[in-house]
Amino acid sequence: MAVAAPAIGPTRSTLVLRYLRRNKSLSVGLVMLAFLLIFGIGGTLLFDTATRAYPLAVTPLQPPGPQYPLGTDKDGRDLLAVMARGIVLTGTIGLIAGTIGIVVGTTLGFLAGYFGGIFDLVARWVTEVLLTIPSLILLVIIAGTIVNKNQVTVLTMAFVTALLAWVAPTRIVRAQVLTMKERTFVNVARLSGMGNFEIIFKELMPNMLPFLAAAFVAAVMGAIGASFGLEVLGLGPAREPTLGMTIRWSTFHSAMFNGWWWWVLWPVLALILIFASLSLINVGLDEVANPRVRRSE
Amino acid sequence: MKLGYLVRRIVFLFFVIWTAATVLFFIPRMSRVNPIRERFNELARGTGYSPKDLEQIIASYELKFGLNKPLGEQYLDYLSSVLRGDLGVSLMRYPRTVAELIGQALPWTVALLGFTTVLTFLLGTLLGALAGWPKSPSWVKSTVTPLMVLAAIPAYTLGLLLIYFIAFRARLLPMAGAYTTGLFKAPEFSIPFILDLAKHAILPAFSLILASLGFWALGMRGMGVTVQGEDYVNFAEHKGLKQKRIFYAYYVRNAILPQVTSLALAFGAIVSAGILVENLYGFPGIGSLLNAAILANDYFVIYGIGFITIFAVGVSMLVVDLLYPLLDPRIRYDRKS
Repeated sequence: MAVAAPAIGPTRSTLVLRYLRRNKSLSVGLVMLAFLLIFGIGGTLLFDTATRAYPLAVTPLQPPGPQYPLGTDKDGRDLLAVMARGIVLTGTIGLIAGTIGIVVGTTLGFLAGYFGGIFDLVARWVTEVLLTIPSLILLVIIAGTIVNKNQVTVLTMAFVTALLAWVAPTRIVRAQVLTMKERTFVNVARLSGMGNFEIIFKELMPNMLPFLAAAFVAAVMGAIGASFGLEVLGLGPAREPTLGMTIRWSTFHSAMFNGWWWWVLWPVLALILIFASLSLINVGLDEVANPRVRRSE
Repeated sequence: MKLGYLVRRIVFLFFVIWTAATVLFFIPRMSRVNPIRERFNELARGTGYSPKDLEQIIASYELKFGLNKPLGEQYLDYLSSVLRGDLGVSLMRYPRTVAELIGQALPWTVALLGFTTVLTFLLGTLLGALAGWPKSPSWVKSTVTPLMVLAAIPAYTLGLLLIYFIAFRARLLPMAGAYTTGLFKAPEFSIPFILDLAKHAILPAFSLILASLGFWALGMRGMGVTVQGEDYVNFAEHKGLKQKRIFYAYYVRNAILPQVTSLALAFGAIVSAGILVENLYGFPGIGSLLNAAILANDYFVIYGIGFITIFAVGVSMLVVDLLYPLLDPRIRYDRKS
């Protein structure tokens, strides 16, 4: 008798699939992201990106053709290998900075929103000022002075962009905690004798998961955007073929003027794909978090 | 509006500027990079000074710029010179001052970004208002998600795509520059020059507009959706007012307030908003100056641009605070109402 019970309703995975069919932004974004990941990770495993994505590996300036499907650049990098490695490296910068941003931001946001007091005042003031000052300028000043331009690595890039990646998550989490902490279920938890940390981890956090996920995606996007800005301005990791550095070198050598369009086009398309997929995922997560948005469409 | 409020806001502006100046003073002193040494090392690599002479030159420069004084004294000197509008001397174009270089680049940036900011604000706000209006055709409503995705993509990459398709493939517009240097030696006030200028400005302007349209549309739609459910809109509806009147006088008029705040803040960000796109198109504004300064390790120009940016943002925040009570009669700062 008991065996039949789980088979009655649809399984969890079909429910997820059904939901994805309704939430188009989320599913399209996830498909795009999966494509990027397969290309990046698969490419890194398949081709010898450790040599072919770096200078003097292949014949320079070959247009796309049978031997080099995406062509080669002026310094002799194979652009197919550069794209695979570039997606992985750029993704790594975004992932590290985004993770630092969301962890620090969530902690500060909870401290400010839940406990309030002087800490809330300081957090609100600092985030407000940091959000109005254009972050690219701040990062240029920081990256331009503190870091030696010729020794920048992918990791330095991640840490520099992480310096501002916590600001937006702090604000989002704080605002969300403020609206949630007076709700009935939190009061019930408090009356039933739960401690502050238990309430935060067992009651508030699970309810905020879609928000935190959206804030994380936004932080990753912000970090990739910021690192791209620094790279285009020549403050990026000069030795690594990130997507931004590839564009930097192509414009540095006036690739478009010289008709080497393939050097520019592929990294641009990859970046556009990254930003488009992440922002679609973000829109989709917003729909998960606010079911009301769903109905208004 | 009360005088006390005005004074408080102006004091706050000074506070922001003082913070910015202080941060910009201490950041370089926290790092081990010595701008003057970097600059001379670079020159020495090209020409071949002997290291001993180099030390002497650096020492004399440090004396000249007062870098050997105690830190507190340097800080006070610095603050008083910033207050006088003196941002120091450029290292790459010595003996020209940082203020002079910025003054030369600023009009280009303000013209390009001022134009695109106003145009995007108008277009995006109208589009967002229509997208949030229940009686709009469904294709208008469906533009919001694509615009939002577009807004997430950096203007620089959109600009590269535009260069590829419109300037490189179709050869319709020039790839870079602000005017044809072969035709005009320097900017002049004539019709052919202005036409040439416009032709060069289309692509940079278009990439900036594409990348920020979604921001305005989304903001306006969000406000529009909340306003649309308000009683006064329903009331206007039941009074049988014309749709056009409800749309503009009841719906847009009330939803547009946060947009105006954002517009003032966007004006404050004009100095820095186009940095990357200007670079891409070789447009002679602040962005290109910053790029040149980074390449030449000209730290004083970098800090000068940072300072100007923060100053502009601070002023725009002041303008927002002063403008808001005028736009929204519900907000008063004198507390007596």
